[in-house]
Amino acid sequence: MATPVETISPLQYAARIIRENPVIPLILLLCALVGLLEGLQPGIFNERWVGNTIRFAIPLAMLAACQTLTMLTGGIDLSAGVVATVSAFVVATLTPLVGGPAAIVLALVPAVLMGLVNGFGVGICRVHPLIMTLGTGLIGTGCLQVYQRYVINTGSEIPGFFEFLGTGRTFGMPNALYLFVPFAILILWGLRRTGFGRLLYALGANENATRLSGVRSWQVLMALYTVVGLIAGITGLLYVGIIRAPSLSLANSLMLPSVAAAVIGGTSIFGGRGSYSGTIVGALILTVLGTLLTLLQIPEGARRLLFGAIILAVTAVYVRITDQS
Amino acid sequence: MTEAATGRPLLDASGVAKRFGAVAALKDASLTVAAGEIVALMGANGAGKSTFVKILTGALRPDAGHIHLDGQDRRFASPAQARRSGIMPVYQEPSLIPDLDVADNLRLVDVPVEPFRHWVNELGIADLRLDDPIAHLPLATLRILDLALTLAKEPKVLMLDEMTAALPTDLVERVLTVIRAQADAGRSVIYISHRFAEIARVCDRASVLRDGVTVGDFVIEPGIEEKIVELMLGGIPTRVEATGARIRDAAGAAETPRLQVRGLGAGSKLADVSFDLNKGEVLGVVALEGQGQDELFSVLAGFRRARSGTIEVDGKPASFGHPADAIARGLTLVPGDRKDALLMLRSVRENIALPQLAHPSKWGAIPMRREAARVADAVARLQIDMRAQAEVRRLSGGNQQKVTIGRWVAAGVETLLLFDPTRGIDVRTKHQIYPLLRELAAQGASILFYTSELDEVALACDRAIVIFGGRVVDVIDASQASEQNLMRAAYGLTEAGRQSSTMTEAQP
Repeated sequence: MATPVETISPLQYAARIIRENPVIPLILLLCALVGLLEGLQPGIFNERWVGNTIRFAIPLAMLAACQTLTMLTGGIDLSAGVVATVSAFVVATLTPLVGGPAAIVLALVPAVLMGLVNGFGVGICRVHPLIMTLGTGLIGTGCLQVYQRYVINTGSEIPGFFEFLGTGRTFGMPNALYLFVPFAILILWGLRRTGFGRLLYALGANENATRLSGVRSWQVLMALYTVVGLIAGITGLLYVGIIRAPSLSLANSLMLPSVAAAVIGGTSIFGGRGSYSGTIVGALILTVLGTLLTLLQIPEGARRLLFGAIILAVTAVYVRITDQS
Repeated sequence: MTEAATGRPLLDASGVAKRFGAVAALKDASLTVAAGEIVALMGANGAGKSTFVKILTGALRPDAGHIHLDGQDRRFASPAQARRSGIMPVYQEPSLIPDLDVADNLRLVDVPVEPFRHWVNELGIADLRLDDPIAHLPLATLRILDLALTLAKEPKVLMLDEMTAALPTDLVERVLTVIRAQADAGRSVIYISHRFAEIARVCDRASVLRDGVTVGDFVIEPGIEEKIVELMLGGIPTRVEATGARIRDAAGAAETPRLQVRGLGAGSKLADVSFDLNKGEVLGVVALEGQGQDELFSVLAGFRRARSGTIEVDGKPASFGHPADAIARGLTLVPGDRKDALLMLRSVRENIALPQLAHPSKWGAIPMRREAARVADAVARLQIDMRAQAEVRRLSGGNQQKVTIGRWVAAGVETLLLFDPTRGIDVRTKHQIYPLLRELAAQGASILFYTSELDEVALACDRAIVIFGGRVVDVIDASQASEQNLMRAAYGLTEAGRQSSTMTEAQP
């Protein structure tokens, strides 16, 4: 049987490479943004700036991991921001009372608990993830306000370990990388090379097919949302180490950008497609974009407007490039 | 044309053709119905019946051909337009909106209440209240309401698609009487049905489709059934190729069957099915559409619970609440629709390896080498074309089907449940699948093989059971499995079938 000879124009060839490695155009976009920034304010691109950008991109990328993992199954986690805030607030208020290590453990308990409740609702009660996590997020915020009344006089302190991660530097690079690099490797490896990672993609691609293959989806979803709760909790601990001032809405401002980072990074909100490497680059793009818009000294309103418009444009173009069927 | 078309033709369709891409669903279909006449439209699965009906009712536009209504050439742009011209269908699926009550549904389609009530009474439902929500009414009632609704709009041409399916006997009687009265009052009826008994009772003529061509038009008379069956098959002499049939001898029959099904019932269609599936056997399942075979396979694969009956696997009772339970007992399903079985966006490898990862104990690191070897083995055995392996959706239909089968081959087949696996795939792939089934069976696997293409029974099976009206009406040896024999049995024309059809209708 003769195989038809394919004639490919250079443009098609480039399109194919991009399709097979969807992170490449994102990295190019990131470089372009940095170039633009350097053009607008020569000399800004130095070690200090890079370190700072990475430092602020890391909590975003970690929270966006929650979105990527849940989106792969066709879900979402709108409670991730609240979970992070709860953990951060609890750790900061308990450290003066029980000491750092115990406070860290106690702070992760509500995070895992909220994840379990999400998993129960989504996996067993079949509530839509959007509604379920929105609900637990609101409940979490409420509980936090009640909790605050009881600890109002304890003062706050951040465990030394997370202060070290959040503010310290090694060779100019933020110490948060000590946490993030192993974390990212674990997620990247987990999604590609473990049964659990494969099942996340499979559930999002076709739940019926996974059922036919003997997968009990509630088990997967239960485990997923619990793990995601834990990740959000750890993110909160790191973030409070960076910001060093706990509040009742600490990580909430990261919530929607974390969804945007996952989507820009090429994760389909309908499930079945995406990668964590794309999400990491997405988080970096959003952080650089934020600096860029601040630098241009545009009023807050216009800045948000531009931010939203750019996210939409990038996502639309990206989907065009990668989804040629 | 036959002499039977007495009155002037009210509906006259001729030379109707329709292609879907490369597939010609209809090539040359024609149908003439005079006023006062009931014409049965018949054809085996895939003959083009539903396409033809959709064209006549305006749901599809024909590529060629003419439709004359009352002597005028008509081209319907939409079902609504066809209805306005007087062609009104009653489909198998009730068209009423479940969340509204009866009165609201009437208002929605602008049907006056009085004639509707008249027809509901006439059709034998006395206790209907207009404020009954549709969702609370049984299926049989809904079908009657659908018919009453259509009759109230005074159609010129009434088109009934398997009208009596799911109806109890007394209602069937009423419906047939009313339909006959409609025709006697000068209306035309197109009657689509698999049931010869009813066709013989009410129809004047039968028009037979085969492979998209109208091949015959008969006046209904005693003994016409045989002729129609033959025509639906193409009138070719029986061709039994014993290539596939390698019947196990008496030694096999003595051991415990791999799968023993007794009195299985589920849903409204599967009534009472019993059979044995032995080790190393390919057992065919033959049935017309909607005779309960879907339910049978769903129950065996763990997708739904049985209402009655027992299943034994290797002599031990089994009951499945989830496909995982069925898989644990070795029962694995290849469903009728590949879209249900495949991760279209994922690779061939991930699709084949999927069942291996299902259990939480396998959620850790994947043994990549072992997986690669296992997948490569399945790919080689099924000769899967791996050129487009990165995303299964880019594979051809035949290759996709090989992947769904390959998934279970890689897992080690014990009992394979194949639901019409060769539907819509190319001939070459089909002829790769039959020998594979024989090979798997020779290695001790048991295969239950539902097929809508009757010649496959002789090609791949040892025996075949025929299901009609939710019951097994016949067991046919591969050596006897001519298409004629199978078709006769599938239409309930054997002794057991006649009994079964009366029993089914007698159910409440």
